[in-house]
Amino acid sequence: MTKIEQLVNDLTGKYGKERKSLMPILQGIVKEKRYVDNTDMVHIARALDISAADVYGVASFYSFIENNEMGKYVIRICKSITCEMKGKHKILKALEEELRIKLGETTHNKRFTLLETNCLGLCDVGPAMLINEEPYTKLTPEKVHEILVDYRNEVK
Amino acid sequence: MANNNKLKRADIIFSTYSVDPYDVLDMAMKKGKTDVINELIESGLRGRGGAGFPTGLKWKFMAQENNEEKYIICNADEGEPGTFKDRKLLVDVPRKVISGMAIAGWATNSKKGIIYLRAEYNNLIPALEKEIEVFNKYASKFDLDFSVNIYSGAGAYVCGEETALIESMEGKRGEPRNKPPFPIQSGYLGKPTLVNNVETFAAASMVCRYGAKKYESYGTSDQHGSKLFSLSGDSPKEGVHELELGMKISDFVEEYGDGDTKAVQIGGVAGFCIPRKEFDQTIIGEGNTTGGATMIFNSTRSMYNVIHNYLDFFAEESCGQCTPCRVGTQQLLKGVEAVKAGNKPESYLDDLVKLSKTMKLTSKCGLGQSVTNSFSSIVKNFREEMIY
Ligand SMILES: Cc1cc2nc3c(=O)[nH]c(=O)nc-3n(C[C@H](O)[C@H](O)[C@H](O)COP(=O)(O)O)c2cc1C
Ligand code: SF4
Ligand code: FES
Repeated sequence: MTKIEQLVNDLTGKYGKERKSLMPILQGIVKEKRYVDNTDMVHIARALDISAADVYGVASFYSFIENNEMGKYVIRICKSITCEMKGKHKILKALEEELRIKLGETTHNKRFTLLETNCLGLCDVGPAMLINEEPYTKLTPEKVHEILVDYRNEVK
Repeated sequence: MANNNKLKRADIIFSTYSVDPYDVLDMAMKKGKTDVINELIESGLRGRGGAGFPTGLKWKFMAQENNEEKYIICNADEGEPGTFKDRKLLVDVPRKVISGMAIAGWATNSKKGIIYLRAEYNNLIPALEKEIEVFNKYASKFDLDFSVNIYSGAGAYVCGEETALIESMEGKRGEPRNKPPFPIQSGYLGKPTLVNNVETFAAASMVCRYGAKKYESYGTSDQHGSKLFSLSGDSPKEGVHELELGMKISDFVEEYGDGDTKAVQIGGVAGFCIPRKEFDQTIIGEGNTTGGATMIFNSTRSMYNVIHNYLDFFAEESCGQCTPCRVGTQQLLKGVEAVKAGNKPESYLDDLVKLSKTMKLTSKCGLGQSVTNSFSSIVKNFREEMIY
């Protein structure tokens, strides 16, 4: 059994093989490896006895289920109205300079991926971003630097 | 702090009163199911998720459904830009929310409760799970057969729409269903399902705590009780404020603005954008949405950027199921860009407003239907900013 087959096996063991288990299984894979590629989807489809196209249709609908390879830490910066008003562009620029990648890219060492997202429900303390599931608020370029240093040193 | 007494503060949901919300559950259970539902009807409480359906009636219909398997869903998908009051409730007073769900479960003979939590709030899960454990202890003490589980979303605003939420829980794309049947008749897995907003459950628990009379005395003839406002933007007092419904925008701005307020967005991006000249005539909570997101813009803000940001959001979050919304949101976005760039004449804005009104008539769910609210109000009131 490959690693992914094992994982799908564990997840179906935990959540069942019914259609309604599909989301928790996709989320379980995201939790483990941050994205779900086409091969993973074929395995899920087999395990649940549905078509791979069906799995793809569902997975591609949701913005937190990524199809492309992601870094270990996925950074999602809020681009909705209040964060934009509070200087999201400066934060994005700081992240791009700090990580030396553009929006949508992953660093060479596969540690960080930089994405945008819609409102995180942290508008009163924006600009805001998530790194994996962890929220960061009231961002400034300096703060971005400090946060990334911590992640690079795995203090986090 | 309360130097402006025109603004009616309410201290209900966030008051640190000494009664444990689980004792409120106990109090409710001693009253009898019909009494509790009638009290809720009397209180005039309306859903706090945006649509404003009377909560007591919804519970009454749910109680009438004869089925062994019935679901109570707490809608914590809060994805409307500018809204964060449900997060605050789940962080600060999760017990009030869960007690509200349990009262609903008990009163309507439903045994399964599910909190549909947006993926962006996954970091709240450990604390919520602890609270659910506490609840479970009370439930067994009270002999109440009601379980609460958390279901995590995956990043799609439209899943806040109750039937899309149910589709998503069934492992499908989050595309809104046709209504009827309503979730109460046929919801999750085809079973009777009651969907209420996080704040609605907390408020229902407050109605049980204080009684309908006291609760009803807050607010206006149209909207009763207290309402949580998520306030953000150009304000020195951003955050969640609990106020009585029915205040004028001018009073609101006087209290919360930065002295230079040009426009206020009420009801989130799906709501209306009110320009300064209408502050005096507009009452929050009457004839406009009750979602409670309020964003303040001062005179340094370009309203073109504001509407561009909203349209980008709608175009991205449209589920794509129906053409008016899928194509309309993209055309509105391209259209305002074209007018701004001088590639289309000024009069094209009127065509776009017409398009947005057509979307209101022909879109399947609230997402496509509500785009015209902010779009028309911004284009009408800030026309020059759209052009130059
Ligand atoms: C596009 C769209 C998004 C919605 N998002 C939410 C949401 O995040 N939370 C919510 O409680 N209701 C949301 N609603 C409203 C729900 O469909 C439903 O009316 C509500 O959850 C019912 O609860 P209530 O009666 O307590 O308000 C949304 C509706 C639409 C059309
Ligand atoms: S109005 Fe928009 S979001 Fe709603 S069903 Fe149609 S395409 Fe989907
Ligand atoms: S606008 Fe960025 S968190 Fe809401």
